Amino acid sequence: MSATPTALKNAIEVRNLNFYYGKFQGLKSINLDIAENKVTAFIGPSGCGKSTLLRTLNRMYSLYPGQCAEGEINFYGQNVLDPKQDLNLLRARIGMVFQKPTPFPMSIYDNIAFGVKLYENLSKTDMDERVEWALAKAALWTEVKDKLKQSGLSLSGGQQQRLCIARSVAVKPSVLLLDEPTSALDPISTGKVEELVHELKNDYTIAIVTHNMQQAARCSDFTAYMYLGSLVEYGTTEQIFFKPQRTETEDYITGRFG
Amino acid sequence: MQQTLSNPNLYRRRMLANRIGLTLSMGAMVLGLVVLLWILSVLFANGLSALDWNLFTQSTPAPGTEGGGLLNAIVGSLLIVGFTVLIATPIGVFAGVYLAEYGDQSKTAELTRFVTDIMLSAPSIVLGLFVYAILVAKVGHFSGWAGTVALSLIGIPVMVRTTENMLRLVPPTLREAAFGLGAPRWKVATFITLRAAKSGVVTGLLLAIARISGETAPLLFTALNNQFFSSDMNQPMANLPVVIFQFAMSPYDNWVRLAWGGALLITLTVLLLNIVARVVIRDKTA
Repeated sequence: MSATPTALKNAIEVRNLNFYYGKFQGLKSINLDIAENKVTAFIGPSGCGKSTLLRTLNRMYSLYPGQCAEGEINFYGQNVLDPKQDLNLLRARIGMVFQKPTPFPMSIYDNIAFGVKLYENLSKTDMDERVEWALAKAALWTEVKDKLKQSGLSLSGGQQQRLCIARSVAVKPSVLLLDEPTSALDPISTGKVEELVHELKNDYTIAIVTHNMQQAARCSDFTAYMYLGSLVEYGTTEQIFFKPQRTETEDYITGRFG
Repeated sequence: MQQTLSNPNLYRRRMLANRIGLTLSMGAMVLGLVVLLWILSVLFANGLSALDWNLFTQSTPAPGTEGGGLLNAIVGSLLIVGFTVLIATPIGVFAGVYLAEYGDQSKTAELTRFVTDIMLSAPSIVLGLFVYAILVAKVGHFSGWAGTVALSLIGIPVMVRTTENMLRLVPPTLREAAFGLGAPRWKVATFITLRAAKSGVVTGLLLAIARISGETAPLLFTALNNQFFSSDMNQPMANLPVVIFQFAMSPYDNWVRLAWGGALLITLTVLLLNIVARVVIRDKTA
């Protein structure tokens, strides 16, 4: 089931990954490569393991006792699943944006600065620059530049989500994991986030989980179709949407299933 | 509308059940309210006359004399409760953070929760006796500090549980978002979750203060009382609950009058704290 997208450099290589929620097996021997500076989309019906897979990549599951993964996740030469892995450093390099916007209870400025301060000691001017840079990357700067001291919670849902993206971008990770980033947003905000994804892939490797087939088709380079914890089909987005090899994939994409 | 019902009997029965349920719950509400208003009206009727300037400027009078106030008891209560807050808040908040952010399902956390629950429901007179045995009896005299220790034993469990409960209301995704940036656990707990739960924790603190400021039994065995003004925490110290207790039982009309005044004062303070706590919560949810 492993598909290696041509001659691209891989940011992440997943090998024989099994994942367990206690006794329940959430992922079944997943093999897949995530190419550098590309957008990889994960699609599939609810509960198929898309989000679970994403949460293994930055070891988010390690917060919860009873969840465990086995196999190998190779991230630029280091095994993410290594018990000795420094999780804080790992998560600083593999950022994550969630389904619901999660602004911190602090000002817009501090929302961005919080993550940066963790690993960098910047002067006031440098920090100002970084905050502006990150907000500009997330296409939010013009909307908030006059109210940086306001609470992040005062923004609209779409703005909050872009704030969260800016926050992740600000720490300059190499990979961005987006877990259904637009499912709580209106179409206009969704459009903005999608443009953003397109923009960001020049500098970042992006993995995005989505329930929206058009979204996967619009903004990804590679698409993985998952079902019941297994990777059913993986290939270029064009191939998955226009010439799927397997009938399950075709049924799901054409809406006959799921 | 009723003509289209397939089973009018069922509909009528449900209406009746609804009316009975509503009557019962309204009755319970009215009963509670009546008792509260009754208490307040008795307090006001008896205490209002004592609530004058002298109450706040003069200390408790000698038996059988006229005049005087509750200055020493008010200051004593403020000192004892104030130090209790200084001790109970950090311990309670830290323990609450441990339970919600660190311990979670661990054996230590389970044990802490169990002990806290027992402490919450322990009769306050038992805690007073305990402090008497380990502190007052050992040192040889009653003191304001002993009172502070006894009240802390009551206040800490309240703070622990409210802090933990408030932190649990913080959505897990907010925690994950902070971890997702590579933040270490202590930063997530202090800068993100505790901050998000701030108003809830403050509310818990206010309610804990309200709870301990009326406690009498633990102070009876620890701070005891002092006829005179004293701000020395090493000595027996006057305080409102014990003064009310002693004065109300006395045969002197002036003392009884002051006891009512003190009771009204404490009730109004606790009422005020509760109202402030409610406003804090409302600001949070609005």
